[in-house]
Amino acid sequence: MKGSTLPFDGTPEQEKELRQKLAELKTKPGALMPAMQFAQGLYGYLPYEVQCIIAEELNVTLSEVYGVATFYSQFSLYPKGKYQIGICLGTACYVNGSQAVYEKLQQLLGIHSGECTADRLFGLDATRCVGCCGMAPVMTVNNDVYGKIKPDEVEGILAKYRERD
Amino acid sequence: MNIEQLEKIKRETFKNVGNRETNSTLTGMNFDRQIMICGSTGCASNNSQIIRQRFIELVAQKHLDRIHVGQTGCFGLCAAGPVVVVYPDGTFYSHVKPEDVDEIVESHLIHNVEVKRLLYVDADGKIKPFNEIESYCRQLRHALRNCGVIDPEDINEYIARDGYFALYKALTEMSRDDVIDTVTKSGLRGRGGAGFLTGKKWKFTKDAEGDKKYVCCNADEGDPGAFMDRSVLEGDPHCVIEAMAIAAYAVGADRGYVYVRAEYPIAVQRLNIALNQARTYGLLGDRIFGTDFCFDLEIRLGAGAFVCGEETALMTSIEGHRGEPRPRPPFPAEKGLFGKPTLLNNVETYANVAQIILHGAESYNTIGTERSKGTKVFALGGKINNTGLVEVPMGTTLKEIIYDIGGGIPNGKKFKAAQTGGPSGGCIPASYQDIPIDYESLASIGSMMGSGGLIVLDEDNCMVDIAKFYLQFTVDESCGKCTPCRIGTRRLYEMLCKVTEGKASLEDLDKMEQLCYYIKDNSLCGLGQSAPNPVLSTLKYFREEYITHIVEKRCPAGVCKALLRYEIDPSKCKGCTLCARNCPANAISGTVREPHKIDTDKCLKCGICATKCKFGAVKKV
Amino acid sequence: MINLKINNIPVCIEDGSTVLEAARSIGIKIPTLCHLKGISELGACRVCVVEVKGMRNLVAACEYPVTEGMEVFTNTERVLNSRKTTIELILSDHRKDCLSCERNTNCELQRLSHKYACDSHRFAGSTRDFVFDDSTDYLIRDNSKCILCRRCIAVCKRQQGVGVIGANERGFSTHVACPFDMKLANTPCVGCGQCINVCPTGALQEKEEITRVREALSNPGKYVVVGYAPSVRAALAESFDLSLGTNCQGKINTALRYLGFDKVFDVNCSADFTIMEEANELVERIKTGGKLPMFTSCCPGWINHIQKNYPELLDNLSSCKSPQQMFGALIKHVFSKIAKIDPRDLFVVTVMPCTAKKGEKNRTFTDGLADVDAVLTTRELSALCKENGILLNELPDSETDRPFGEFSGAGAIFGATGGVMEAALRTAASILDPNARFSPVEFSEVRGLAGVKSASYTIAGQKINVAVVNGLNSVNKICESVKQGESDYQFIEVMTCPGGCVMGGGQPIRATIVRHKAEIAAARAGVLYSADKSMYTRRSHDNASLQKIYSDYIGDACGENAHKLLHTHYCALPKYVKE
Repeated sequence: MKGSTLPFDGTPEQEKELRQKLAELKTKPGALMPAMQFAQGLYGYLPYEVQCIIAEELNVTLSEVYGVATFYSQFSLYPKGKYQIGICLGTACYVNGSQAVYEKLQQLLGIHSGECTADRLFGLDATRCVGCCGMAPVMTVNNDVYGKIKPDEVEGILAKYRERD
Repeated sequence: MNIEQLEKIKRETFKNVGNRETNSTLTGMNFDRQIMICGSTGCASNNSQIIRQRFIELVAQKHLDRIHVGQTGCFGLCAAGPVVVVYPDGTFYSHVKPEDVDEIVESHLIHNVEVKRLLYVDADGKIKPFNEIESYCRQLRHALRNCGVIDPEDINEYIARDGYFALYKALTEMSRDDVIDTVTKSGLRGRGGAGFLTGKKWKFTKDAEGDKKYVCCNADEGDPGAFMDRSVLEGDPHCVIEAMAIAAYAVGADRGYVYVRAEYPIAVQRLNIALNQARTYGLLGDRIFGTDFCFDLEIRLGAGAFVCGEETALMTSIEGHRGEPRPRPPFPAEKGLFGKPTLLNNVETYANVAQIILHGAESYNTIGTERSKGTKVFALGGKINNTGLVEVPMGTTLKEIIYDIGGGIPNGKKFKAAQTGGPSGGCIPASYQDIPIDYESLASIGSMMGSGGLIVLDEDNCMVDIAKFYLQFTVDESCGKCTPCRIGTRRLYEMLCKVTEGKASLEDLDKMEQLCYYIKDNSLCGLGQSAPNPVLSTLKYFREEYITHIVEKRCPAGVCKALLRYEIDPSKCKGCTLCARNCPANAISGTVREPHKIDTDKCLKCGICATKCKFGAVKKV
Repeated sequence: MINLKINNIPVCIEDGSTVLEAARSIGIKIPTLCHLKGISELGACRVCVVEVKGMRNLVAACEYPVTEGMEVFTNTERVLNSRKTTIELILSDHRKDCLSCERNTNCELQRLSHKYACDSHRFAGSTRDFVFDDSTDYLIRDNSKCILCRRCIAVCKRQQGVGVIGANERGFSTHVACPFDMKLANTPCVGCGQCINVCPTGALQEKEEITRVREALSNPGKYVVVGYAPSVRAALAESFDLSLGTNCQGKINTALRYLGFDKVFDVNCSADFTIMEEANELVERIKTGGKLPMFTSCCPGWINHIQKNYPELLDNLSSCKSPQQMFGALIKHVFSKIAKIDPRDLFVVTVMPCTAKKGEKNRTFTDGLADVDAVLTTRELSALCKENGILLNELPDSETDRPFGEFSGAGAIFGATGGVMEAALRTAASILDPNARFSPVEFSEVRGLAGVKSASYTIAGQKINVAVVNGLNSVNKICESVKQGESDYQFIEVMTCPGGCVMGGGQPIRATIVRHKAEIAAARAGVLYSADKSMYTRRSHDNASLQKIYSDYIGDACGENAHKLLHTHYCALPKYVKE
């Protein structure tokens, strides 16, 4: 099944707010997109549970909701981490061992590309060339760029952000 | 709201906005000086909001009561942003930083001495007042008449510049047919791309039978490099609202939708503010100006799908579905949104309407060429000095736009081609630079007007690579419904990759060309039908470049990585080892003070060695 | 009326027609793939393109309306080349294992590829990531053969109101799948198989059980008994080039014997048992103030649907097993006694017009034994025959075996929408009014292809309001009204497939052109109604074998034994199961 494997952590308050909004939108023609935009604003992404609520309240099939969610690039099935890590797997970084860094990150965080840790602190993306080939291999955390990074340095960098939090 | 009230607002607010003009000699104004700060996306992303706040603070602190600090929409000179203009001096400050504000206030506003180091320098190296800047004074700002002049968040400033008088005129002095006649006679054509006659579209929608009709505004501007519609919504949202109300009156609709890209948060915010102000004034809602006409608008946000700029896809999206186009006929005018007759125009088209109604068809149809009337807004980008927004009469030549208004090509490079119409358009070679730009002329040379993106390319651009770039865009944005676009564009893209990798044969060119014509002929919607244009136009004008890639396995512009090779010229190399130390692939070897060598098998062609070398010893071959 | 010219030939056709229809009316066939009139109208595949004078681009004939004076060209070089390229592009993203494909020789893409002399490798390139889903007991989705015509999506959503599959993602990655690309087994898919019947290629097929049946047949330790549903005899002939609407009951009996089945019985017979139980249950509910309206429970797609979508209506469902499951239970627990065979040595095969029946066979067990061991669709029976070299059309007729081969006309009409209702009414009328000499036999109000049919009958002073629903989209409407307490029906027959079992998802696949041209449902139903009409015994309770089995082995209908053997119960199921 596609979508986030993290346990859904929506609160009853969020669900109440969502259902209220959906009840209000329901009477409007073409309510699905505004509903999904609202839900994504509320939860940060559109997990299975949220799409089910939207389908139920707006009386459309889950298939329709999911079809719309995957058609538009702004809808996301995955939550983002507070610190979004990008590891470049472009050619220059790759030949300089970014794969090993990537594997280390996966191992330390317990997640794969596109996912985010259970505490929502870190998200991980394997990216294409970020244009810093001179610093290969390159890892980014939000707007910070780390170049010439080695697998054994990863843990320290992560710790820095954990402390900051 | 009645006409007396509207006129009163105009009179009173005029005292605020009237002297926003260089060398204004108007008297009785509320302010001696006006500091106008651009609040559009480009400048806002460079802290123009902080700059404005600082101005407001300082002006209050220093009790400069006769000075007004205002924000505006886009001036058009985005490359110079953040932009601050002081009226009536006409002083044009560019690249202003928040920390510069104190100096401007102290020096300019208090001691009347311009801050020289922040003044905009024109392409000819001279400092000029705003109205004499070449790229500005060569324009004819019609759709953009209020952009950069009024505060888009203040309806009164719009009214002071004749806002909503056109709506009043239409509702009280003109029949529905009069309105349509005027728009038809003005010669206004759809600014979204295809150039369909606007008045005709209105008439079709008026004539269609339906218990309910809609008017929609297409603000889903998605061409890479185009931002005309965004600028209008950010700089003058009321002109779109007013025009939609006029259109609704003409076609018999009472409800409208504006479909805006979600990537335009400032535009959405301004539009929302504008809608609320218009409602408060009774310019939207029931019985507008005391007539029977009722109209209101709703904003719908896109969610990241280029294809929703296509009219049927846009409506499908508003209906809450995947934004897939529907076959036409039936046309939206007969069966559009929610199955009802629907009028859809784009932002720039609407931006022209109020002026046409107010000043008559002749005010508009005397501008432009025989079949393309009025003005057109272009977003200049790429290899050009004045990146930004310009509005010129139809029929202006490419050369005038690029050199006179755009300030020419940077770094003394040679102008190679202009790409118009985004992914749906084509590349116009330099040899056509004297062609007057209008719908027909662009189509005749294999491009199209499109929404108005104009990307300038110089000798360093590889035309195959450019075609590939646009094709990749189309492939990513294809909705996936019809076969020619879903699979055809993908195959076309794969063939282009083969060319840029030196793996194609000359027969592949013919096959590509055939596939292009097939996709144009068979696709369901305009996106697919125009997707091959970047390939076809480059094949037509730059075939030699394709052939060089294929036969000589060489990219003349030195762009296509797979065909590149870096070499070190032993006669120039001093053996400083800088390149070797910076090579991410350890592909450079050699001993100190001896010429180095690049191992082509290991080389990633990232080009770092070439940028690091202080002796120009590394060259692309 | 509109006058136009197609290839310079004048055509006069009704306003509102499409170019496709106009061409067809003068004998010109324009190829289609995504188009299915009334169900799927997308104009997406573009194989139907034609040239219209004055138009810059080619247009899709399937959606393009005719206009006065228009000039259409269907066979220019430009048109033919375009169609060819379209098919070649589709083929470039299609797994081309045609020789071993289930749909070999009955594939619309293959036919077009042949017709336009396509080079299937001309546009070779990357392909989508193909998903293969065999999670259900009844159906396989193989996206490597999907050509994105989306007919399955349309039929699932628009015709059936189920909507478990849709187009996911966009552009080249667009694919047909369940939400979140879940496995079909975890969705409210009802298993009707209508998607298979509209699939132009081999992307959708039933899960085959031929292999298991063949194994059982060659196992000397197994006594293999077969029964086939009413609708099988109304359609199997179509797979052997016999004309639509041919009853091949006698030939099926012979074919099944040729195949080596030890006993050839008829599910028409267990349909009579179903009526005995169901009619008695209905009368009892009416007399004792039980839960009404009562829904029929013969249709496994409907059972799947109600369990997942309308659990609050489960008490309205008849507790009877379906004829298939009754058949299995009767064979294993009654026939075993008659023939003195250890029930564990019995292998019960049914042949069904239905894919959902494959899932249903795992639903009920009696005394720890599955009622039915294997279910073949009509298509699989035809494949089995062909594999064994059986030329159905040349076979002599033969009779079914007794006692489970005897049936009444009521059992025979089970396969058509309204058939179960009519059969039940025949028996209910006799139960309510046992003294009436001539109780009514034909209830024509419940016949026909309308989505919802309703009628009101007064039997022995008792007024009975009935409804007959077919096609799940219509069913949803009825369910909502029952849920709201707005319905005043006592008895409602539900069949998942429009037209009933004769149009089931296991029936021979007919090309689009046949579907557009012929009234397939009416022709197949006609076979059943004329069989009924020609029979002496037309009411289930008059079936002599049935009477004897009740008296010798079961006792009263709806009695204790009957409940053990022929009834079951249904529970609520979640709509989706998160994976």
